[in-house]
Amino acid sequence: MMNDTSMMTDKLGANGDEFYNFLMDAHEGLSEEQSHALNARLVLMLANEVGNIDTLKSVIKTAVEFNHE
Amino acid sequence: MPGYDYKPFEVTPPPELDGEGEAKARYPVAIIGAGPIGLAAAVDLATKGVPSIVLDDNNVVSIGSRAICWAKRTLEIFDRLGIGERMLAKGVTWKTGRLFHGSSEVYNFDLLPEEGHKYPAFINLQQYYVEQYLVERAKEFPDLIDLRFKNKVVEHQDNGDHITLQVETPFGNYELKADYTIVCDGAGSPTRKRMGLPFDGQTFEEHFLIADVEMEESPFETQVPERWFWFEPEFHSGQSALLHKQPDNIYRIDLQLGPESDPKLEATEEKVFPRIKAIVGDKPFKLDWMSVYKFRCAKLERFVHNRMLFVGDSAHVVSPFGARGGNGGIQDVDNICWKLAAVIKAEADASLLETYNEERVHGSAENILNSSRATNFMTPKSSIEHLFRNEVLNLSSKMPFARKLINSGRLSVPCSLEAKTLQQTDESNGIKQVQVGDVVLDAPVKADGDSTWLVSQVQGEFTLLGVGDVELPDVGGVRRVGINQSNVSYKTLQDEEGLATRRYGEGNAYLLRPDGHVLAIYKSPDAGKIRSVLDHISNPIFEKEVA
Repeated sequence: MMNDTSMMTDKLGANGDEFYNFLMDAHEGLSEEQSHALNARLVLMLANEVGNIDTLKSVIKTAVEFNHE
Repeated sequence: MPGYDYKPFEVTPPPELDGEGEAKARYPVAIIGAGPIGLAAAVDLATKGVPSIVLDDNNVVSIGSRAICWAKRTLEIFDRLGIGERMLAKGVTWKTGRLFHGSSEVYNFDLLPEEGHKYPAFINLQQYYVEQYLVERAKEFPDLIDLRFKNKVVEHQDNGDHITLQVETPFGNYELKADYTIVCDGAGSPTRKRMGLPFDGQTFEEHFLIADVEMEESPFETQVPERWFWFEPEFHSGQSALLHKQPDNIYRIDLQLGPESDPKLEATEEKVFPRIKAIVGDKPFKLDWMSVYKFRCAKLERFVHNRMLFVGDSAHVVSPFGARGGNGGIQDVDNICWKLAAVIKAEADASLLETYNEERVHGSAENILNSSRATNFMTPKSSIEHLFRNEVLNLSSKMPFARKLINSGRLSVPCSLEAKTLQQTDESNGIKQVQVGDVVLDAPVKADGDSTWLVSQVQGEFTLLGVGDVELPDVGGVRRVGINQSNVSYKTLQDEEGLATRRYGEGNAYLLRPDGHVLAIYKSPDAGKIRSVLDHISNPIFEKEVA
């Protein structure tokens, strides 16, 4: 089971801005539908990169907790 | 309207038109533009004994606050130029920034949590004060700085070995010759346009309103000045807002207006007053200055065009978020002046100026990258970008990684010049915070028992700085400074708090450039090695293709 310490740690460090802008650039020029599809592919591929099922479940649960009312 | 008393500078007939003083056949350096960059360049050259003539089409300081955030490194450079302490005394020091999304605070940060630096991370001070201080400082060099207001350069010609400038004044027109011309005539640079140089980059579609508001009562919850930034504030739907304090109880407000807004309509008191009231509440205020603008990030491909040297906004412009315009320009000045002085004194070949081009094109590209990223984050271009931005803000209430992705402008820090033509490889292998290519890091030290700061002891000339157990050889043209050393024939400083030793590492010797960047670090410095580094500076060999 993934613990809070791991999720509460910033692992992007100095590369945060570069990552974020790379991601935004990947979406540039796409329709909303295409962007949703890209996001879905990214989630699936990043899940495969993470691999560990407990980690994945824990991240999904935490992300759901941030749902807007 | 404005709270500042704009006193025009004296305008006198130039000697070329039978005014007082002596007309020179040829000036070593002409500077076009008496903004903060041109004035700083004149003062910097004067500190090195190089005379200059400064030509400006106007005769008052900047109208409106304009550049207000001066970063730590800029203040250290101004310290060397003689106005740093005055700026610090007048300026507003802030270090806490707060970020809001809607009405709730998502995150706050401390800019420089580390102790042991003479200057804070940032101060806020209106550009007109900085220009005023620089003009007063320039006048302390009457033999070296010739300040000419209402002298407008309308034409120039590059004759290969010198530049001819055509100047228009209220008293008539004249021509002057200069060995080199520093071009600091701003973002809209008439000189750059005259030369037809492409100035390419990204234009942002958003309109921003910028306003200076004078008010007695602080709009912040405490009396401590802070920087407040809102994403999608309740008082200004869908946009962003920024609130900052300046001296004289003047507050800077930046409001994102969206791409559709009409700038002429927005810059009216009827439109602006309700917007300000929405931020500051019912507290009484007076509007000092306002402007509606769009911005872009762009730069010249090259900053050096034979004897025309582009410095500051004429060479590169950035969006204001991150304070990299004025600060980047002062770093240009710091970089070019020692090189130009060496070339003019025939201590170095003119190709040394090419390293200004190499290093500052690199620095400005870094500034443009950072400020474009901040602007992109603040002005999402599509609904998907907007969605990502808002989910970053959503996660940031709890998750540190998301906080670090929030970008309302990154702190302006000097770029590293590592791996550029002049810098050497690190031969120390020791543990230290300051690396080759970095700029000096300040630390409190004692000199003959008196408290002082390391930066003020080592910048301005070539310096070999030794920490603890390391012998510094005597090399002509290089000042030696030892930390925690005794029985040596050069200046020593005592590091009582241990910060200098921690930052530079016990037993290391640093070879510093006059602008404070680290050329080399040695465990056992020897005179021959250092001399060859200096020889390389006076006649640089470019191994890499220069941009």
